[in-house]
Amino acid sequence: MIRLENLTKQFPGMDRLAVNKLNLEVGKGEVCVLVGPSGCGKTTTMKMINRLCEPTDGKIYVDGQDTSKMNPIKLRLDIGYVIQQIGLFPHMTINDNVATVPKEKKWPKEKIKKRTAELLELVGLDPREHGGRYPSGLSGGQQQRVGIARALAADPPIMLMDEPFAAVDRITRSRLQNEFLRLQRELNKTIIFVTHDIDEAIKMGDRIAVLREGKLIQYDEPGKILSEPAGDFVANLVGRNRSIKRLHLIRAHEILEEEHWGVPLDTPREEIKERIEESVISTVMVIDEKGYLKGIIGRRAIEEKEGEKAEDLMEEVPDNVTDDATLNDALSVMLEIGEGYVPVVDADGLFRGTLTLNTLLDQVRSDKSAK
Amino acid sequence: MEVIDYFIRRQSMVMELFWEHMYLIVVAVGIAVAVGVILGIIITYNRTLAQGVLIVCQVLMTIPSIAMLGLLLPFFGIGFTTGMLALVLYSLLPIVRNTHSGIIEIDKAIIEAATGMGMNEWRKLTRIKLPLALPVIMAGIRTATVMVVGIGAIASYIGAGGLGQLIFNGISRTNPPMIITGAIFISIIAVGFDLILGWSERRLHVAGRD
Repeated sequence: MIRLENLTKQFPGMDRLAVNKLNLEVGKGEVCVLVGPSGCGKTTTMKMINRLCEPTDGKIYVDGQDTSKMNPIKLRLDIGYVIQQIGLFPHMTINDNVATVPKEKKWPKEKIKKRTAELLELVGLDPREHGGRYPSGLSGGQQQRVGIARALAADPPIMLMDEPFAAVDRITRSRLQNEFLRLQRELNKTIIFVTHDIDEAIKMGDRIAVLREGKLIQYDEPGKILSEPAGDFVANLVGRNRSIKRLHLIRAHEILEEEHWGVPLDTPREEIKERIEESVISTVMVIDEKGYLKGIIGRRAIEEKEGEKAEDLMEEVPDNVTDDATLNDALSVMLEIGEGYVPVVDADGLFRGTLTLNTLLDQVRSDKSAK
Repeated sequence: MEVIDYFIRRQSMVMELFWEHMYLIVVAVGIAVAVGVILGIIITYNRTLAQGVLIVCQVLMTIPSIAMLGLLLPFFGIGFTTGMLALVLYSLLPIVRNTHSGIIEIDKAIIEAATGMGMNEWRKLTRIKLPLALPVIMAGIRTATVMVVGIGAIASYIGAGGLGQLIFNGISRTNPPMIITGAIFISIIAVGFDLILGWSERRLHVAGRD
């Protein structure tokens, strides 16, 4: 889908090559993460793909076509572009921002309107509530959702994303990352994703290209980068705590257990008591008839509270994670709420099960023994 | 009260001069906006050119108005054209400078996003750069207009017409009510333009959401 051949860039007045004979191939539907310290040439490489920056030497092929022979405007209309600073147009409403590329492509008005609403919903915004607002009326996380919707507007087969989640706080970032990965499973775009954060690279990438001073040091799957780093540079970049980083590679739904300590709203007190005794986390989850998580009951609650049914005994759920969250996300939520477990829900909010600290530990141990 | 008396007696003449003055300003600022905005846009593409043009405009504005009129007289003669030309030259700097800086100071990320999404230069200019720079350009037009109202009064001296005539004739005839009537009307025009243009500038800021 995208092939870089001996790609080289030298900025005028600089001795050092910003990008040095880079060869890289990204398959269709793959997320390729370019990672490395600042000045390693990752952003320059990305900008050469949509010709915001012209190579000094070498070729770029998109779908087998040499991009240097294509009209840059036409090339860019078919490549979604998301940048760290978001770059929403402050004088246009959210709707108009998202409609930018469709308007450039002269789509009919009705089609643009429909597509805009569809996209806002896709990235988790309400078209009626947010569509007519200006970017300044949105939070940073919401703005970047709009930035992603805008890049996706004309359904480009390729997306270039330059540190798209770097400007938002840690919690919002991990949420946006998870949402983006879920979108990607549906949309199957070919993505070049630039980041300086190795954790993000491991989490987001199908393959990771580690760059240093314009050269490609290693190009591998995340698991390989962790287990077989090519040389000291990659090993240092990955850092010491690789076991924790492995938690980025596994998603909650992959290791959820059958046993989930969920009980219906009308469960009698005695039964709840038994279940709590059996449970390794001494807690049961209360679920309504539709399958939504309603509350939790711990040992303390059942001892102190009056009432005969689960409904009367339950307390508020401290927090949960979605089933596509990584084990690392789950671990941070557990540390945040100070419990040895976290309930898992799916994209629609339905209860899927519970992750415990023990399952995480088992996972880390089995990784270690597998090595 | 002699002033009110004077105004009532010479109402039609004063009003005629008032409209003459307005005409002079509107035409001069109109031409200056057309030339200045285009020039301001052009120089955003070349830094050296921008410096040159801005220095020339700065020099033009530094020349005292009476000297400017004197310099133009030999070429364009006595009358409206010379006066108007002087006003155009004076209004250029604030308009060119504000158009230039209004566009240059737009967040680079916004321009990069527009380019990256496949907007060509013309679309970027009309859909992104000019709308975002508009409040700043408007501020330049406001400065130019208010300044030109005053210089327009001096242009009456070389026969460009307008309310300045009341002041100059009043001085030579030692007729204080005539001088004051002219002065008051010129002030009214200046303050009036300032208020109206200031208001529209603020409106643009709100629409621009910046």
